[in-house]
Amino acid sequence: MGEVVVVTSGKGGVGKTTTTANIGTGLAALGKKVVLVDTDIGLRNLDVVMGLENRIVYDLVDVTKGNCRLRQALIKDKRFDGLFLLPAAQTKDKTAVNASEMQNLCESLQEEFDFVIIDCPAGIEQGFKNAIAGAHKALVVTTPEVSAVRDADRIIGLLEANNLRDPKLIINRIRPDMVKRGDMMNIEDMIDILAIELLGVVPEDEQIVVSTNRGEPVVLDIQSRAGQAFRNIAKRLLGEEVPLINLERYEEGLVNKLKRFLGFKE
Amino acid sequence: MIDFLKSVLGKEKTGSKNLAKERLRLVLVHDRASVSPHLLESLKVDLIQVISNYMEIDEKALDVQLSSDNDSVALVANIPVIKMKRTYQDARAN
Repeated sequence: MGEVVVVTSGKGGVGKTTTTANIGTGLAALGKKVVLVDTDIGLRNLDVVMGLENRIVYDLVDVTKGNCRLRQALIKDKRFDGLFLLPAAQTKDKTAVNASEMQNLCESLQEEFDFVIIDCPAGIEQGFKNAIAGAHKALVVTTPEVSAVRDADRIIGLLEANNLRDPKLIINRIRPDMVKRGDMMNIEDMIDILAIELLGVVPEDEQIVVSTNRGEPVVLDIQSRAGQAFRNIAKRLLGEEVPLINLERYEEGLVNKLKRFLGFKE
Repeated sequence: MIDFLKSVLGKEKTGSKNLAKERLRLVLVHDRASVSPHLLESLKVDLIQVISNYMEIDEKALDVQLSSDNDSVALVANIPVIKMKRTYQDARAN
């Protein structure tokens, strides 16, 4: 039986969809059978991030309403045999599905897949409740900003109230240069505030924009540091112990080299 | 001049992140209390139990809430006392 993992954040725009796409693709690259489920009904995006938007025939609502069989709605990824997407409906709203329908759907999917990864919509309303209904495990994505951390804290409280204990934290878009000069909260600050276990840290990376433009998850880009961070997260989900990537190394720009040369930096 | 150099060269560690952390700490005290209204209720029940060992209080008029100043959050409890218990010493002795 597979594991159902929901990717949440509370606040929009912190990288839930990017995280879902990359973790899922990362797990598929490690040979796992994975299905990504977009529950952001009315605002679907996982299809474009994955580059599969032209192949949608049926969607999540068609499945729950019985307009098609589950198999027919699953879109097979072009890169990996074991990777599938169940897209959200674009023309309906979040009340088109309810929590028990989602629970049934997750139960059917977990029989066939090693991982069912659910992309949760922003907010704490019906869409959130649907997304977490069938999940065994929750990931909370946040960025090092006051607003995102506050919402993450609220989501953690709601997850625990819904019996999704021990959610794991992903800190996204961290900027080592800003952390260094004390203008951005660091990893310890955020763990201290949110008091949950860290699953991974993803540095800010321009390649994310490029990879989204292309519809190719950045986890497949061997050069990208964000890609490396997502590859590590995928391995950790499989129980492997992988150390955090050294964020400092990427910060060594010209200015720092100069500072080191002039002796202002140890 | 030295300060200017330090700030240009990033040696100064007084960035805005401490402000962010402090503001978050305060706002989360309130957020967490409101996510579980249950928490304050349960605290009330425990308070009544403990205080009742020492004095008789008006349980219905008991009021407990969080109040915040600029840089701190306090738990404010208003607990009307009806009368003191004379048996306090004895209870401790036993």
